[in-house]
Amino acid sequence: MILRHGKMPQVSSVPFALLLIFFALILPSEAAAADWYAAERTPELAAVIICAAAVLVSVYLARGRRFYVRPLPGVQAIDDALGRATEMGAPVMYLTGWGGDLARPTTMASLTILSHVARRTAAFGTPILFPSHDPVVASAAQDTIQQGYAAGKRPELYNSSDVAFVTQSQLGYAAAVDGIMSRRKPGAVFLLGSFEGEALILAETAHNVGAVQISGTDSTIQLSFFLVACDYTLIGEELFAASGYLSGDPLILGAVRGQDILKIIIVAVLLIGTVLGLLQIHVFAEWFG
Amino acid sequence: MSDIGIWITALATLAIYSFLYRDNPFYKAAEYLLIGLTVGYSLVISVKTVLWPGLVLPLLGGDTAKIIPLVLGGLMFIRLVPKLGGWSRIPLAVYVGAGAGVSIPAMLKARVLQQMGATMSNVTTISGVIMLVGVITTILYFYFSREQKGLLQPVAKIGTYYMMIFFGATFGYTVMSRVSLLIGRMEFLLGDWLRLIAR
Repeated sequence: MILRHGKMPQVSSVPFALLLIFFALILPSEAAAADWYAAERTPELAAVIICAAAVLVSVYLARGRRFYVRPLPGVQAIDDALGRATEMGAPVMYLTGWGGDLARPTTMASLTILSHVARRTAAFGTPILFPSHDPVVASAAQDTIQQGYAAGKRPELYNSSDVAFVTQSQLGYAAAVDGIMSRRKPGAVFLLGSFEGEALILAETAHNVGAVQISGTDSTIQLSFFLVACDYTLIGEELFAASGYLSGDPLILGAVRGQDILKIIIVAVLLIGTVLGLLQIHVFAEWFG
Repeated sequence: MSDIGIWITALATLAIYSFLYRDNPFYKAAEYLLIGLTVGYSLVISVKTVLWPGLVLPLLGGDTAKIIPLVLGGLMFIRLVPKLGGWSRIPLAVYVGAGAGVSIPAMLKARVLQQMGATMSNVTTISGVIMLVGVITTILYFYFSREQKGLLQPVAKIGTYYMMIFFGATFGYTVMSRVSLLIGRMEFLLGDWLRLIAR
């Protein structure tokens, strides 16, 4: 989503990708080249191919039509939360958590939701605060918010000091965000991404300043804290579905559909493998290790 | 720890705890101190453990392959020139692509394949059956392509119960670990600092 909007320089991605593949082929040592195929990892290769095929076919089928995605309460509450912050004259705070870098799927999904939030806040004229623990995530968020404001025809709203790196330290990040929250008093706080031990500290402070909290993460331990402390929580994969639901992007919606197909395949394999296991045929269990 | 160190640590601890009352100058001072120290520390660590041994020394030693990360890293700074800012997306794209490429097979193995194998191979016990039902119903809770009606509704409901039991257990477990952290801090304040309890 970062690469598909806005002013990208006229650099074709195909030659660049070919250049990378060329370097990848010439750089490995002879020993690495001799062991290029690890036979014991064949199940992973098969799983990657099946997953990729399911998602690619779904993405292909998604062109020109919109797949149904079940509405999620947390997603439907986003506009209400933004409206409330606007009525209060308060900013919106958006956090992707300390636990993830830009390569994590949760961070990518969160930035897609951020794009939607930026467009909506541009329409309302409400500023977004985005303190980050990772300079790369902060850079991506700056791009995302700038493009969101531009799409909302309010580019002048963008303030680079509101979207910034604070520190890589977990507790330093928590202390900084708590300080910003208590001073700027946001009307809505979005905690969407990869969170660790700082999750409850941030959610509690957001509650104390009277903000509506919408949270979502795939960090299983932290989900219990979000469910207790936040108004709405997107559980695990709901975060990824939310990014597709909000963006309406056929690519993401197709990927969500592809993942649903994979879930059905997994359930079917589990049931078949269980029946075979009861018949003392442990082929699946052994294959999956 | 020296007496001065104990005093500084104790006062910084109290300054941070003062946020429980409200935002105040002591908390602000501790917050800025913590942020400044951690940023400076991580900068030095990055230079000493990554940039110098991983980039500068190999480049000086003639390792031309290191030109690629040097160029990609340099492109990140191009965003400081607004007209050329779009070029900084190239290293971001490489970073995201490489990260996803490395993590997806590993995640598939650890979080999907091995879990499936373990779930299938334990159904001869009661706990194995409970686990199998939990895995299937929880997976189907996250099926988004249709509404939770008909057969899917009770199945997803069972999945919800499984998740709530898990969340309750992890909540209790994690709260206990946080309480132990608090006890550690109290022991420091009352023992090492005020010497009111034996350490």
